Amino acid sequence: MICQECGKRPATLHFMKNVNGEKTEFHFCESCAREKGEGLASPASGFSIHSLLSGLLDFETPGGVGGLSAKPQALRCDNCGLTYGQFSKMGRFGCSNCYDQFGDKLDPILKRVHGNTVHVGKVPKRSGGQIQLKREIENLRHELHDLIGREEFEHAAKIRDRIRELERSVAET
Amino acid sequence: MQGTGPDADIVISSRVRIARNLLGHPFPMLATNQQSQEVMERLTSVGNSGRLNEIGRFETIPLSDLNELERRVLVEKHLISPNLANESRCGALVLSDNESVSIMVNEEDHLRIQCLYPGFQINEAWELASRIDDIFEEEADYAFDERRGFLTSCPTNVGTGIRASVMMHLPALVMTQQINRILSAITQVGLAVRGMYGEGSEALGNLFQISNQITLGQSEHEIIDNLHSVAKQIIEHERAARERMMQQESRVRLEDRVFRSYGILSHASIMDSKEAAQRLSDVRLGIDLGLIRDVSPQVMNELMVLTQPGFLQHTFNEKLNMDQRDIRRAELIRQHLGRKSDHGGV
Repeated sequence: MICQECGKRPATLHFMKNVNGEKTEFHFCESCAREKGEGLASPASGFSIHSLLSGLLDFETPGGVGGLSAKPQALRCDNCGLTYGQFSKMGRFGCSNCYDQFGDKLDPILKRVHGNTVHVGKVPKRSGGQIQLKREIENLRHELHDLIGREEFEHAAKIRDRIRELERSVAET
Repeated sequence: MQGTGPDADIVISSRVRIARNLLGHPFPMLATNQQSQEVMERLTSVGNSGRLNEIGRFETIPLSDLNELERRVLVEKHLISPNLANESRCGALVLSDNESVSIMVNEEDHLRIQCLYPGFQINEAWELASRIDDIFEEEADYAFDERRGFLTSCPTNVGTGIRASVMMHLPALVMTQQINRILSAITQVGLAVRGMYGEGSEALGNLFQISNQITLGQSEHEIIDNLHSVAKQIIEHERAARERMMQQESRVRLEDRVFRSYGILSHASIMDSKEAAQRLSDVRLGIDLGLIRDVSPQVMNELMVLTQPGFLQHTFNEKLNMDQRDIRRAELIRQHLGRKSDHGGV
């Protein structure tokens, strides 16, 4: 889609204005959107994080994620039935399974929103026992590498034994 | 909010919200009535199981039991979101008796645990919210993924699912026109700034809510630490600006503004919400600077909430149009300030 303002650049920002029940759609490129700045940012226009997200997620525009060739619109979550097309319009998932179903298509979106794609925080105790063990092993491997680099072999041997012990308990469960 | 807590002259409150969802259930937005009911029963049963007793006394309130005005009051007290108040689907609120913990069921996510502390206590708010999270997690299977973390309805919450925020009163930074520079710096370190009533609202009464934007790729500890250290610096800037204003020729102007607002609040017959917010901010600053000694900050915090439209109607127990609200608001403020100034003037 081409920007309705300049008619040259691809539109990357899409939103709808609702004035007394009369809906108008707007499609702007980044630079025209910025020029209109004030109007867009005002709460009255109903411009929200979700309309912004929807702009980020819109794969039909060359500026969007994925590009036309990916045809992700056909993707549908087999648990809740939400299509990728619906997700990109609403900016919300239908269920936790959508994260699996839409898979790696989400990485560029998450990267844009958070600057990251991988969780490093809290892990649930009951359902995440294995994950916690794996994280600990990963951290110990880093430590082992550092210790070997510093030629602290005695300490490194202890860490190595601890890693083996943890790996055994992962294999057992 | 009692107007107490560390750094309460600048930080009104500290809040942490944790978003969680149950494994296998569609998120509330897509869930059928039946599915929402199942989630509500599952989660409120944890709330009622007695495990929360170690934290305090809790009450479970189905939203369907409340009328529109009662819901609006809960929104103005920041105990539920406007989203939960507006929805017709089955939601519930699990609320602690001191109202510092509110747990929303079937908002945008199945579970939203919110802890609100007076003053600058963001670490304490996080620790309590995390304890409650652990209690729910022992009883219910969360939607969690090794790579993405806690799975949420909106991609802006995925990962840790936490939103930590501090509500700050920054009149001196606004008056000395340093605020824009500081706010733009804040947004460059991954934090967001909002007006008092959240997304899309303007900063009424010099109140700014500063919160984390990123929830994925940073640990909870890093998120809280980052917010804490930035808020600490803003507190110092605001204090320095207040001190400078009190020492310079501008002091007389500042005093005039504070006392003028105090006079208007104590005597006006009509007060719209925007003016009330600004005047209350001035008087609050006057109290914090020791210019006004016979009004407690607690009265100011109460008035900031009591003068909201829903609260006014609740207090006077009648439906009010805008003009009537402005008259009632002025009356309520006069009563509160009058009561406090019976025992000696300013």
